[in-house]
Amino acid sequence: MVFQMSGTTSTRRARLLTIYAALVFIFIYFPVIVLILYSFNRDGVGGFPPRHLTLDWYRQLFADASIWDAVENSLIVAAGSVVLALILGLLAALALDRANFPGKALFRRLVLLPLILPGIITGLSLLMFAVFAGAQPSLFTVFLGHGTALISVATTELFAGLQKMDRAQEEASLDLGATPWQTFWRITLPNLKLSLIASGLLIFTLSMDEIAVTFFLIGRDNTLPLEIWGRLRRGITPEINAVSSLIFAVSVGLILIWYRVRTRGLGAEARELLERP
Amino acid sequence: MYSRTYKTLVSIPPLLWVGLFLLLPYGLMFAHSFWAVHDGVLVHQWNLHNYSTLFSKPVYVEVLLRTMRIAASVTLFSLLLGYPLAYYLSFHGGARKELLYQLVIVPLWVSYLVRGYAWKTILGSEGVLNGFLQYLHLTHEPVAFLLNSPFAVVLVLTHIYTPFVFLPIYAALEHLPRPLVEASHDLGASSAQTFLRVILPLSIPGLLAGATFAFVLSLGDFLAPLLVGGASGTMIANVVQSLFGAALDWPLGAAISVCILLVIISLLFLTERLEKRWSFK
Repeated sequence: MVFQMSGTTSTRRARLLTIYAALVFIFIYFPVIVLILYSFNRDGVGGFPPRHLTLDWYRQLFADASIWDAVENSLIVAAGSVVLALILGLLAALALDRANFPGKALFRRLVLLPLILPGIITGLSLLMFAVFAGAQPSLFTVFLGHGTALISVATTELFAGLQKMDRAQEEASLDLGATPWQTFWRITLPNLKLSLIASGLLIFTLSMDEIAVTFFLIGRDNTLPLEIWGRLRRGITPEINAVSSLIFAVSVGLILIWYRVRTRGLGAEARELLERP
Repeated sequence: MYSRTYKTLVSIPPLLWVGLFLLLPYGLMFAHSFWAVHDGVLVHQWNLHNYSTLFSKPVYVEVLLRTMRIAASVTLFSLLLGYPLAYYLSFHGGARKELLYQLVIVPLWVSYLVRGYAWKTILGSEGVLNGFLQYLHLTHEPVAFLLNSPFAVVLVLTHIYTPFVFLPIYAALEHLPRPLVEASHDLGASSAQTFLRVILPLSIPGLLAGATFAFVLSLGDFLAPLLVGGASGTMIANVVQSLFGAALDWPLGAAISVCILLVIISLLFLTERLEKRWSFK
């Protein structure tokens, strides 16, 4: 009898929790769904219900030269940032993992600071530095800003990869007569492949999306988020919904690519470990 | 195992880069906060004037307090949404656990701007929500307080930071040894007792990490207020931004930034201590 009672209360509690979790999921996804829905709405971004579905906004978007210029700028900045942040992040991770130097603890905190601090502080500091160094704000300063701020992401991810790595392979390679340079290219780097791809994708996405730091470093040429930002101030049209929906689709596409890479790259052993409950 | 040359080669470039492009800029911010502006020109004259202005003018203190309130509300609501979600996934997720987990992560990859903008189209006086209310004849005039209010800022930031808060809590719950929960049940504790005396205390480090993240990032946000906050939703970072823009008083702006920085760093220090104290093992 007692067991039955506690059984019903616990199922009721579980049901309530399920409903609550479902509501949280709705809250998380509701804005994106509305956004996509209204990108097909002929009568603009507001009003209810959406009527007269149309692809006109997408047509307008594809004919909009300044949006595509901004996309190109963003792609260049993001690609550059990935290269810069991965190289410096890899070196920083190796240094933190293997070397000892005075101020190591300070260095680690400093590298991670842009990840923890609000973008406005990093953005303004870099702006002051640009003025101090006599550099004109441009896509180049934006690239330096993104690349530098995102070293934090690369370092965290690659440091974790190094910690998980089997040291015996490197030792064996060195014992068998390979130079440290050969060992780095043939053992260390291949072992970090997954961490490199993961952090590269993450850095790319974060750079494509960055506003807070970009806001202060931008010159005449806009990145995509800044172009959208500028248009928002002039009023909103479903064209912005259309471009936002495409950004959403690309983000989801990148995540799917990352999954393919991850499941393919892992050995059967690791996969089994992952799938074990 | 690694030679001296190897260690030097990997350490020098990142050290130099970080010194030049992070330490120096943050240092410049700090230095600016002690300088002054005379007739629109920056003067390198060391003084504490900016800080005394900051604490003597009620407008700055008022905005700072409002910012703290907004950040605290965002933290609270993100926890109220994120914790039960993490608990549900960890203890009742079953076979769909991995899929549901990914569903929470996806929005993290989706543009901040896209999500903020989506809320703007929903909350506006000619927005989706007002259209819906009028469609149902619940209201006849658009409800104005939805957009351009502190409420809108809290809503948007909560939406953005809930997945961030979820992550560390979920990780903490996943690492929680299940035999402890079973032992608690076997020894006669009720579900509520088990939660309050076993699960909750052991998930405190994750909860603290998530809460700190939400609070710190909300504290320095200036985009959500610009997007949906209106005049009554102005936050401290907007003041900084206008001092660097139209008002052109970099030293005062830098002084406010340094204050934000100090609040954040002391908070991080505090939670790091607390996390250590509460951590299992």
